[in-house]
Amino acid sequence: MKDDVENREDRVANLKGLGCSRKRVEDARFTQGKGNYVDDIKLDGMIFGDFVRSPYAHARIKSIDASAALEVPGVLAVLTAKDLEPLGLHWMPTLAGDKQMVLADGKVLFQGQEVAFVVAEDRYAAADGIELVEVDYEELPVIVDPFEALKSDVVLREDLVAEDGSLPDGAHGPRKHANHIFTWEAGDKDPTEEVIANAEVVAEESMYYHRTHPCPLETCGCVASMDKVNGKLTLWGTFQAPHAIRTVVSLISGIEEHNIRVISPDIGGGFGNKVGAYPGYVCSVVASIVTGKPVKWIEDRMDNLMTTAFARDYWMTGKISATKEGKITGLHCHVTADHGGFDACADPTKFPAGFMNICTGSYDIPTAYLAVDGVYTNKAPGGVSYRCSFRVTEAVYFIERMIEVLAIELNMDAAELRRVNFIRKEQFPYTAALGWEYDSGDYHTAWEKALKAVDYEGLRAEQAQRIADFKAGKTRSLMGIGLSFFTEIVGAGPVKNCDILGLGMFDSCEIRIHPTGSAIARLGTISQGQGHATTFAQILASEIGLPADSITIEEGDTDTAPYGLGTYGSRSTPVAGAATAMAGRKIRAKAQMIAAYLLEVHDNDVEFDVDRFVVKGAPERFKTMKEIAFAAYNQAIPGIEPGLEAVSYYDPPNMTYPFGAYVCVMDIDVDTGVTDIRRFYALDDCGTRINPMIIEGQVHGGLTEALAVAMGQEIAYDDMGNVKTGTLMDFFLPTAWEVPNYETDYTVTPSPHHPIGAKGVGESPHVGGVPAFSNAVHDAFRAFGLRHTNMPHDHWRIWRTAHELGLHA
Amino acid sequence: MSKKMHIKLTVNGKPEEFLAEPRELLIYTLRERLNITGPHIGCETSHCGACTVTLNGKSVKACTMFVAQADGADVTTIEGIGGPDTLHPLQTAFKEHHGLQCGYCTPGMITRAMKLLEENPDPTEEEIRFGMAGNLCRCTGYQNIVKSIKAAASEMNAAGSSGREAAGSKKEVEAAE
Repeated sequence: MKDDVENREDRVANLKGLGCSRKRVEDARFTQGKGNYVDDIKLDGMIFGDFVRSPYAHARIKSIDASAALEVPGVLAVLTAKDLEPLGLHWMPTLAGDKQMVLADGKVLFQGQEVAFVVAEDRYAAADGIELVEVDYEELPVIVDPFEALKSDVVLREDLVAEDGSLPDGAHGPRKHANHIFTWEAGDKDPTEEVIANAEVVAEESMYYHRTHPCPLETCGCVASMDKVNGKLTLWGTFQAPHAIRTVVSLISGIEEHNIRVISPDIGGGFGNKVGAYPGYVCSVVASIVTGKPVKWIEDRMDNLMTTAFARDYWMTGKISATKEGKITGLHCHVTADHGGFDACADPTKFPAGFMNICTGSYDIPTAYLAVDGVYTNKAPGGVSYRCSFRVTEAVYFIERMIEVLAIELNMDAAELRRVNFIRKEQFPYTAALGWEYDSGDYHTAWEKALKAVDYEGLRAEQAQRIADFKAGKTRSLMGIGLSFFTEIVGAGPVKNCDILGLGMFDSCEIRIHPTGSAIARLGTISQGQGHATTFAQILASEIGLPADSITIEEGDTDTAPYGLGTYGSRSTPVAGAATAMAGRKIRAKAQMIAAYLLEVHDNDVEFDVDRFVVKGAPERFKTMKEIAFAAYNQAIPGIEPGLEAVSYYDPPNMTYPFGAYVCVMDIDVDTGVTDIRRFYALDDCGTRINPMIIEGQVHGGLTEALAVAMGQEIAYDDMGNVKTGTLMDFFLPTAWEVPNYETDYTVTPSPHHPIGAKGVGESPHVGGVPAFSNAVHDAFRAFGLRHTNMPHDHWRIWRTAHELGLHA
Repeated sequence: MSKKMHIKLTVNGKPEEFLAEPRELLIYTLRERLNITGPHIGCETSHCGACTVTLNGKSVKACTMFVAQADGADVTTIEGIGGPDTLHPLQTAFKEHHGLQCGYCTPGMITRAMKLLEENPDPTEEEIRFGMAGNLCRCTGYQNIVKSIKAAASEMNAAGSSGREAAGSKKEVEAAE
């Protein structure tokens, strides 16, 4: 036995495990242009498919004539719904229990809808072919307003109306109107209404959370390759959930699941956009089967913004009641949810409005009621969680705006109103009025730390002086202090209540230790920039005592990775991270038996210490994990089979509830509406911190996407259903010039049920950031009578607000 | 389809010669014809900069330039900036300061940053933010990109001035002899 020459601290540092700002292993290939994204994939004989798309938002299709297109050199085939129908693939199931046309079947329901799929030798020939496909449309009345949709005689989805005119139930129960999808309720209606009716103070507000889009820099795409000799289909694509895609492809195509291999290569950002199944995937698979060649389909930016998975589009009306002292007594929320032409929301089956029922936020609200009505309109389908867990951004925006409106009603400071109503530390685990059990939190500590860090009292004094100066004509600039305190609900989720299309939302990790003491671990998730290859190795390093640098992490290939539901809704760390720790513990359990044998003591007489097992009370007697790995393969140990591998499928007992406190300080030029974000402080509590560098990067990025959504980004339609924001000229993505430097901070309140106490962080800054930016705008005008104005707060809308408040006199 | 044109280019120091349709875009030439997949396509309208290359000494968005317009040009992509054994200080700095996440914007970002530092070897934060505003990133919020570029600039300036000092001292030695 060799001497223990290193001290314990060095051995811990050598692992680069939990809590270490380890540099990312992904970066070498990305900084050298050697990433492998789906559009980088080239296969022998590969051809290219692209869509003929509808210029109309609502139209009947009288005929499609592809004959001229087929004459174009290089064009090989044109698929329409008629070609897909014999295969049963002209419609496909959506993630929300609805069905969606793959290619227009008799009519179109939104601008940009897929009408025909042109397959050609290259992209230019496909584009030439698209030009020449003749489609004869008969325009129909267009409905882009969900409230109008619920009154209109125009039926958008004839397929959902019985021949006798009755309305069969939808996937989520009875429907009230032909254009109505579902009503979903949570909480207690009558008691809530009674509390509000008898309250000392009630604040009411209606707000529109506008439609926007995740818009990752890489659009969606795939390469489908049907090997007819072996009967195997390989599908590469921008899939945030490759295993779920494999199962769905199998179910709808009839190809047995073992004959389908789905691979997510490097993904250029997802943010929810790459969760769903899109017509391009189905058409590429069919085209590959028809032609016998690999088929690539890659969206262009307009396709992406106009047709794949939008986010939000929630019309929310709230009532919040309180005592005169500001103690909240009840909350009532109604949402009219615009889902577009098909209900393709990506939510767990039992939650058609996602986790909107987290809308009581971080506050101890005794009584609450929520109802959501989903509605069809002539807009693109989607409704994904854009950098948030299912509809949590909407929920947090709603409550954080309602708090501000209540503060106005009470003539009370909004920070104090929050303080009075926070769920107290000793109340955790806390069951909210709308059903969720919050795992852990210490909101008051986080709030006081944040307010102190920004010198809240000082900011208010400065603001008061600014208002006085403004009124005295000394300045034309106002100052807003945007407060936000959010509680996320992530890590979907317990299989008992979370599934998508019947697939339970567990996740997985499989570890194989190599004889020389390095390892490979594979997971059911897939990174899109979060740095899984770096952080999951850190979790493992701390669990199994091998250096993170000696552990390869692999994801995204369904032939090799264990089954899992993928990466979205901040679920990777809460679910797959937990599976990783649990699989690591299985490795350690076997290693303990091997160590005990090698050290000639009983199993219980050795204990784990950083990177080794030591004999209790005799630390000089030990076996390192490296030594144990070699023995596991190469030494005959009675009663123990060779090898050192483990797999864990982790079904989380609960969701995790990260939280945070944000403060945005903004100056607004009243005459131009131009905003200057002077300061942004973000305190996040994501439980145990795995890699502080990566957490900070996630916070910067999430806040910047929040800035985009709050301050300018939208998918806007005109009355004809034309998308007005289909390119990056019109759709706001902030540049380095508009984005401030952020100050990040943290508290640590571990999750009590997660094996390492981690909660997830990727989406918190977006969820908490949007209300912080928006509240800053509102706060600037509070002294001049503003209660609420809808986002996005672009310069023009802010100028209009100032104008309407009479500040331009 | 129209008549093909005879195009000559130098890409990352290597001469290329081929026939292309007049409508062929430079990004298509690089990615599909020459298999240089570092530059990416993000918007096809010149807004995002994922396709940024250096063309005759200027930053150019390859998604909106015809290859015919680039006939005779000298083009550098991320692949020509540095490889495993010849990393550019920017490539090192982006890793060191977490200047990337999904990596999709990174080749264009580094290619543009290299040009920016040639134009302005010691930029302020404001100059970096302005000079990089044609390259969009959806992941990082730019804060660490700015940090990376600043760090690379310091690194390059330190190396440059020590290089100059070395040259100067060599001259002095020669003069003394």
